[in-house]
Amino acid sequence: MSDLTSLTLKAALDGLASKSFSSAELTKAHVEAVAAARALNAYVAETPEKALEMACASDERRAHGEAGPLDGAPLGIKDLFCTEGVASTAASKILGGFKPTYESTVTANLWRDGAVMLGKLNMDEFAMGSSNETSAYGPVVNPWRKEGSNADLTPGGSSGGSAAAVAAQLCLGATATDTGGSIRQPAAFTGTVGIKPTYGRCSRWGVVAFASSLDQAGPMARTVEDTAILLKSMAGHDPKDSTSLPVEVPDFPSFVGKSVKGLRIGVPKEYRVEGMPAEIEALWQTGVEWLREAGCEIVEVSLPHTKYALPAYYIIAPAEASSNLARYDGMRYGLRVNGSNLTDTYEQTRAEGFGAEVKRRILIGTYVLSAGYYDAYYLKALKVRRRIAEDFDQAFEKVDALLTPTAPSAAFALGDKSDDPVAMYLNDIFTVTTNLAGLPGMSLPAGLDASGLPLGLQLIGRPLDEGTLFSLGGAIEKAADFRGRPQKWW
Amino acid sequence: MSIDAATVRKVARLARLAEPEERLEPLAKEVSAILTWIEQLNEVDTDGVEPMTSAVKVALPMREDVVTDGGDPKRVLSNAPKVVGNFYVVPKVVE
Repeated sequence: MSDLTSLTLKAALDGLASKSFSSAELTKAHVEAVAAARALNAYVAETPEKALEMACASDERRAHGEAGPLDGAPLGIKDLFCTEGVASTAASKILGGFKPTYESTVTANLWRDGAVMLGKLNMDEFAMGSSNETSAYGPVVNPWRKEGSNADLTPGGSSGGSAAAVAAQLCLGATATDTGGSIRQPAAFTGTVGIKPTYGRCSRWGVVAFASSLDQAGPMARTVEDTAILLKSMAGHDPKDSTSLPVEVPDFPSFVGKSVKGLRIGVPKEYRVEGMPAEIEALWQTGVEWLREAGCEIVEVSLPHTKYALPAYYIIAPAEASSNLARYDGMRYGLRVNGSNLTDTYEQTRAEGFGAEVKRRILIGTYVLSAGYYDAYYLKALKVRRRIAEDFDQAFEKVDALLTPTAPSAAFALGDKSDDPVAMYLNDIFTVTTNLAGLPGMSLPAGLDASGLPLGLQLIGRPLDEGTLFSLGGAIEKAADFRGRPQKWW
Repeated sequence: MSIDAATVRKVARLARLAEPEERLEPLAKEVSAILTWIEQLNEVDTDGVEPMTSAVKVALPMREDVVTDGGDPKRVLSNAPKVVGNFYVVPKVVE
């Protein structure tokens, strides 16, 4: 039954509906695949018993004609989501062994609709990283390798476990989060589809906070339609998150396959950066042609403040993180390292519990918020953030969506950029703008580079217009006909 | 802008992070490199620009001021490093 793991989520749901197989069979196939793929380090906690229990309950519901929209579908959950009774650590030592007594709203929505949990997925610590190397559990290994090479590549980050698990068929889909590109860059690096919806589309309640004005949950899967199915279940207003938007959730899957004829697509000239491989530039052009052939009108647009997005982000995100992470003091939950007095206990606990990148960002955040520097750094960044948002407002007067590359390179080798924080930050150069502006962004695979690694294209939409992204994504997916899958070596 | 080891020591203290003396100098270098890169923001004219404090243009909602949850000390304390009865045990605060 191992071929059950190669189904798309949609095909699996259809197979369950037509009783071609049970959720118990589907789930068992995935549990076995997960156990056989530990070399990838994608799961930090496997929950096979819980999975089979949920699968059997799903089969019962289906037998009684009470199946929900995701009933019986096995999914992976990023370790940033709190799951009741199952360790949720944000891949940090400081939350080692933390077992929430509550369920995040997004995962609760998935279980309400019948989904099955396979386990928790690895990630960069507190979602801070672009290569998964900051995880306290060690990095995830990308299931993709360069042709003729055995070198381990990064799956990207921070949702590297989600991306690798989806690509290696260790789940039908996964939850992920995106603060500066953490869904879209790993999607591009692993040949998978990921969408960061509009800020406020999904509740942040029960999701470990990194930078609250930027964090947003979204799905990763192997097709555009699968992400639409997942997002429909994940999204929705939640009174427990005051920033979740009180708006109806559209029927996202119905947008996939819709004609894109007459849509105006913006191509921002500032997304051509020095040192970007010619293959990515060429693929971008190909993407433009695909949409033109599908009947879209292509318009060159300008987003003049693009280059300032990353530096603004590296003030705003660390500032919010330093404030959010102040709660980890060793008193109420998580790690406690006893010191000589209370302050020493705080300092030793945090020094021991946080990794190097998290500490670096806490220091930067504390510095830019400290007396004398607040105006020069933090306030300045908030003003630049508005300039960036205004760029998009002006572009969306002329176009319905934007098409860009997702990342400035294909997956790189583990260890390649870990000594140079700024080089690592540049991974998010094309993705971080939408977090600052609160806009939806999708990455989908569009081709392979010369060494056989997947490359992604990004679609950016108006606020709350994920539907158009699903239509455009469907059109690109059809034209690209991307069938690449990593060769199994694990 | 470059910062020195003394500034790192001060900021680390504000952030309640114990950093050994030998880490202060390397951290000052790392943080300075990032701050120097960030300084390109000064090229942007932001005169009269209102700081953007929210990603979406909506006013935060108000809710009824009522208790929605609580009265469950066992669940609240279940992850605590040290507990006695229904209380957290923390290091001595007052001598």
